[in-house]
Amino acid sequence: MTSELDIFVGNTTLIDEDVYRLWLDGYSVGDAVALRVRSGILEQTGATAAVLQSDTMDHYRTFHMLERLLHAPPKLLHQLIYQIPPSRQALLIERYYAFDEAFVREVLGKKLSKGTKKDLDDISTKTGITLKSCRRQFDNFKRVFKVVEEMRGSLVDNVQQHFLLSDRLARDYAAIVFFANNRFETGKKKLQYLSFGDFAFCAELMIQNWTLGAVGEAPTDPDSQVDDMDMDLDKEFLQDLKELKVLVADKDLLDLHKSLVCTALRGKLGVFSEMEANFKNLSRGLVNVATKLTHNKDVRDLFVDLVEKFVEPCRSDHWPLSDVRLFLNQYSASVHSLDGFRHQALWDRYMGTLRGCLLRLYHD
Amino acid sequence: MPGKLKVKIVAGRHLPVMDRASDLTDAFVEVKFGNTTFKTDVYPKSLNPQWNSEWFKFEVDDEDLQDEPLQITVLDHDTYSANDAIGKVYIDIDPLLYSEAATVISGWFPIYDTIHGIRGEINVVVKVDLFNDLNRFRQSSCGVKFFCTTSIPKCYRAVIIHGFVEELVVNEDPEYQWIDRIRTPRASNEARQRLISLMSGELQRKIGLKVLEMRGNAVVGYLQCFDLEGESGLVVRAIGTACTLDKLSSPAAFLPACNSPSKEMKEIPFNEDPNPNTHSSGPSTPLKNQTYSFSPSKSYSRQSSSSDTDLSLTPKTGMGSGSAGKEGGPFKALLRQQTQSALEQREFPFFTLTAFPPGFLVHVGGVVSARSVKLLDRIHNPDEPETRDAWWAEIRQEIKSHAKALGCHAVVGYSESTSICEEVCILSASGTAAVLNPRFLQDGTVEGCLEQRLEENLPAGCGFCHIPYDELNMPFPAHLTYCYNCRKQKVPDVLFTTIDLPTDATVIGKGCLIQARLCRLKKKAQAEANATAISNLLPFMEYEVHTQLMNKLKLKGMNALFGLRIQITVGENMLMGLASATGVYLAALPTPGGIQIAGKTPNDGSYEQHISHMQKKINDTIAKNKELYEINPPISEEIIGSPIPEPRQRSRLLRSQSESSDEVTELDLSHGKKDAFVLEIDDTDAMEDVHSLLTDVPPPSGFYSCNTEIMPGINNWTSEIQMFTSVRVIRLSSLNLTNHALNKNFNDLCENLLKSLYFKLRSMIPCCLCHVNFTVSLPEDELIQVTVTAVAITFDKNQALQTTKAHVEKSLQRASTDNEELLQFPLELCSDSLPSHPFPPAKATSVDYSSFADRCSSWIELIKLKAQTIRRGSIKTTVTVEKTSPMGEGNFRNRSAAPCANSTVGVVKMTPLSFIPGAKITKYLGIINMFFIRETTSLREEGGVSGFLHAFIAEVFAMVRAHVAALGGNAVVSYIMKQCVFMENPNKNQAQCLINVSGDAVVFARESELEVVSTQQPAANCQPACTGGEVTT
Repeated sequence: MTSELDIFVGNTTLIDEDVYRLWLDGYSVGDAVALRVRSGILEQTGATAAVLQSDTMDHYRTFHMLERLLHAPPKLLHQLIYQIPPSRQALLIERYYAFDEAFVREVLGKKLSKGTKKDLDDISTKTGITLKSCRRQFDNFKRVFKVVEEMRGSLVDNVQQHFLLSDRLARDYAAIVFFANNRFETGKKKLQYLSFGDFAFCAELMIQNWTLGAVGEAPTDPDSQVDDMDMDLDKEFLQDLKELKVLVADKDLLDLHKSLVCTALRGKLGVFSEMEANFKNLSRGLVNVATKLTHNKDVRDLFVDLVEKFVEPCRSDHWPLSDVRLFLNQYSASVHSLDGFRHQALWDRYMGTLRGCLLRLYHD
Repeated sequence: MPGKLKVKIVAGRHLPVMDRASDLTDAFVEVKFGNTTFKTDVYPKSLNPQWNSEWFKFEVDDEDLQDEPLQITVLDHDTYSANDAIGKVYIDIDPLLYSEAATVISGWFPIYDTIHGIRGEINVVVKVDLFNDLNRFRQSSCGVKFFCTTSIPKCYRAVIIHGFVEELVVNEDPEYQWIDRIRTPRASNEARQRLISLMSGELQRKIGLKVLEMRGNAVVGYLQCFDLEGESGLVVRAIGTACTLDKLSSPAAFLPACNSPSKEMKEIPFNEDPNPNTHSSGPSTPLKNQTYSFSPSKSYSRQSSSSDTDLSLTPKTGMGSGSAGKEGGPFKALLRQQTQSALEQREFPFFTLTAFPPGFLVHVGGVVSARSVKLLDRIHNPDEPETRDAWWAEIRQEIKSHAKALGCHAVVGYSESTSICEEVCILSASGTAAVLNPRFLQDGTVEGCLEQRLEENLPAGCGFCHIPYDELNMPFPAHLTYCYNCRKQKVPDVLFTTIDLPTDATVIGKGCLIQARLCRLKKKAQAEANATAISNLLPFMEYEVHTQLMNKLKLKGMNALFGLRIQITVGENMLMGLASATGVYLAALPTPGGIQIAGKTPNDGSYEQHISHMQKKINDTIAKNKELYEINPPISEEIIGSPIPEPRQRSRLLRSQSESSDEVTELDLSHGKKDAFVLEIDDTDAMEDVHSLLTDVPPPSGFYSCNTEIMPGINNWTSEIQMFTSVRVIRLSSLNLTNHALNKNFNDLCENLLKSLYFKLRSMIPCCLCHVNFTVSLPEDELIQVTVTAVAITFDKNQALQTTKAHVEKSLQRASTDNEELLQFPLELCSDSLPSHPFPPAKATSVDYSSFADRCSSWIELIKLKAQTIRRGSIKTTVTVEKTSPMGEGNFRNRSAAPCANSTVGVVKMTPLSFIPGAKITKYLGIINMFFIRETTSLREEGGVSGFLHAFIAEVFAMVRAHVAALGGNAVVSYIMKQCVFMENPNKNQAQCLINVSGDAVVFARESELEVVSTQQPAANCQPACTGGEVTT
């Protein structure tokens, strides 16, 4: 006796959250059944393994059929074939677009192309995430990227509108898209200590302040969508950053800057002497990062440079985070007192974001 | 009444990409009705076209309006080659043809293609303008309402229940026409879908005509089926119960409903009283009865059923209970005589209803069924389907005569079915023989209310159990006892019926689903030989199914079956029998005895030990089941003169089978002298039978299941429902095909299916699977297909009510067809009728007497009233309306408000039940009857057979929901999947499936919402749901 056909169709589509998770995690039906057995469900319900097998198959089939709709979530809301309560729809979408930290760290900043897709095998082996799940996550990134790539307006809003994600997940996707577009290097060994959250935080700051969309308006103003492109860094701004060179190139200016900072921080900083000794190096590092951003290659290496030029030196001197904050605040503020420096606004736009990023990046 | 049909095509969305190059579609729409076609403009390069067309107008006969579906085809325009069809929408416009239903059909419909499934949606608006043109010789029956619901629909009142209507139309099956060889599968499927749609329209129209002839205005319990006879044609047949219905509690709605037919109808029964003779004979019988302290004989001048009253009154006048039973004989004869004459004019006194207005069902005899094996031949003249008609007429005659043998004049819960394999066809009909109260059959206006009062004198909850047949002249060897409830009348020891449990029945504990499953191998044979072989097997199958049911019932410690449905399916090399029913413990019937096991070789010690072990297991199971289903009947003292009977199995099942030769054989299913509770274990087969008895696993805790509308013993339903369809097909390994292996496989299949359902729905616990409907088919040699449709309803465990309270509540709900003051009667009666209530006759008399006198006087008053109204003619109806209008909704106050009231926009509920828990149906929008074919030539790509069928069933649900939503409804009740024919050819990567579903589209409102509405506008307006003041929180 073999089961040829075995289906269950409810007027309201049944969604089993546990099975959905297993399906999203890319387990085969067999593995999923084994995992469910291990969870003790048979004992709880008195069901047999055959029942579990049939149930799992059924859910998998349902998910498989729903997957097509999940690729364009608004479709899931308007379709007539599956009657699913709104809360369940939201859950289906949110879980489908959720991703693994380990996976996203591997892919973040890489080009979402076929080439990268080929590397998924390695990523799967490295992270222990099933290849199927890696594929889904990768395809999600790529799909969202494709849809919002050419769109005007707020990146987060666009993601949210077209994929009906929660605010938090939409922000994460904005970061992923932003990183993929600008191809920031995140995979280097010295960057391994950083989490996706760290990068996402930086991405948000950069989107708010350094992109075209940020020009000439308060970053919170949602009405103005003229030339509002959140994806690309503002080329003009990057060009202008060259002007900051004077801060380190002009020896007087550098000394003045240093003395202003040291005067202000004397006695307040636990690592004052180290700071004093390192000031020029640190300042040179931060300013040079800015001036190099006209080259794509250097944009990609932004995070590597920040870590190399600032985070690592400070960390080797055991700066506590509070001291880093005090220093960076004073370092950016003191520039306003440099009479010979004319690019205050530019400096603020640059340093405001960079300070936020650095503080976030500064941890073990 | 010719009419103007107006259609507007608004927009499309989610269309498929038809042009690969541009990834877009140039869509336009063809709208076709009859032979007229309109087209919209092409909306270029869009997957979401906005046509916003003009109104396309069709001027058509009402005959066509009823028969033809509106056909909407969406196409992709192609400049260079033929336009490609994207898909179609068929819209049945019947719901627009009667005044009370929908006025407009407007909404998004899935665009369906038989090869690709659903491909986007289209927004359509449809309206009909009917011109009044009263043509006496019209062929149409616009205005007759159809309901699938097998009870009087919730917002109507039955004025008269006229009786059985049937019709059948035949045609050639397009799939088997020569042209099918040259046309595409799509064209063939569409031809079939269209033909069946046409045929069912025609069938419905013809049935409607018959109803009008009978002066009815509605068909209730409408059941339409298709017989795919293959080469020999396509038969569409339908049965139903013609009624005259009144819309309830809404004066505004009543007036327009008062079109000429319904008004006329109420007059007629008065003018031509069909049986004056019985009335005159009425008084004579009770007059013999000297002990009557009053004489109700006056009333006899009009009351044809008053003998009923006498029966129930007898004990109260102090007559010995012993003699009451004897008196019952002649009374019954009289009653039979009277009602018979009422039913005489009907060819078939059949009713497809399974639940009835209070007082309608007087006695229940038992299940009657008939089967007939026929050889199919080509239908030569489709316009005169005489052979098929004759076949059914024959079967119905048999049913009628069986009912007669049981002392019954009517059959309720009647249904018909077929099973076809190649050229052999088994026709089956079954129902429950019953004695009915004739008042609903003639006129039910004032008289109805009057008799209602009298009826309440019957001991509630046991009257229907009392035997209708003559004790001394029993149709089969039954064992009778005095009713355990009233102690006055005789009852059988077990009762099998095809109807739902009457709401006033007193039940102890909860019920459960009981199934008998059986397979029999049969040699492959041709034509006559095959038919003979099947005919020979049928009696054995019936016998075994019956034995299994009886044993399982005993094992559950129960004594009655409701909703019994025995399905015999014929295949190439086997016959399958599947019987489903809901077992309950009726308080009126005796406690069932246990099951004894006897070995054949008593000397063998170890064998004996084994036997006693088995016996112990069985006894344990019975004890466990009693606990599980909370069956703890009061320990009754024995009544003098009625010894507790020897447990003996006998049959309530009169059946027969006949072959083409018209030979009729009757089978006595009782075991004769043998004590049938004793299972003799004389061979391994018998051993396995006992084992299989014990293998049925009860549902996990928190789960109950039944195949009736509601679960006896549970009444605190919450609003969460989940309707589902589950299909399983198993392939038998051809090597070990023995009857036993087969039985085991089939049994496992059903049990596993149930287990899967319990597991899947575990999140709904505590819950009950209601209306569990199993269908078995044998699509191929080694394939068994089982289809289950049911609804899971959650209930509130903590809110569990006392039986008493629940009972009262139920009666109250039931009483909604009567005027308000009557609501009180069931209350007191119910508390009296509790099983635990001792019944000393004297006490009962004193308690009841005053209220009885009361009733008596008001009764006479009502007669006066009636006499007046007769003189005044049509005023009568008005009186009724006034009486009924404020009523009904009294049940609100008893039911707790549903906890979650927010129904999300766009959600359409589907349920096989006639009601929605926690909600009130406010409007019936019309019948949904849809037929779909789906075919694929890329089975593997669509996920194999499971993927294919899963998607198709989901699509069918979607299309049903879309149609209901477009009618303005939010639920389908009495939903049924009548057919699910699945064929596959994995080698060719092909599969095909045909599905036929039906139900009633309705609008419902949550009770909590209704309360809000009613407090806001307390004046009784046309909202049937909120009659002022009734709703109290």
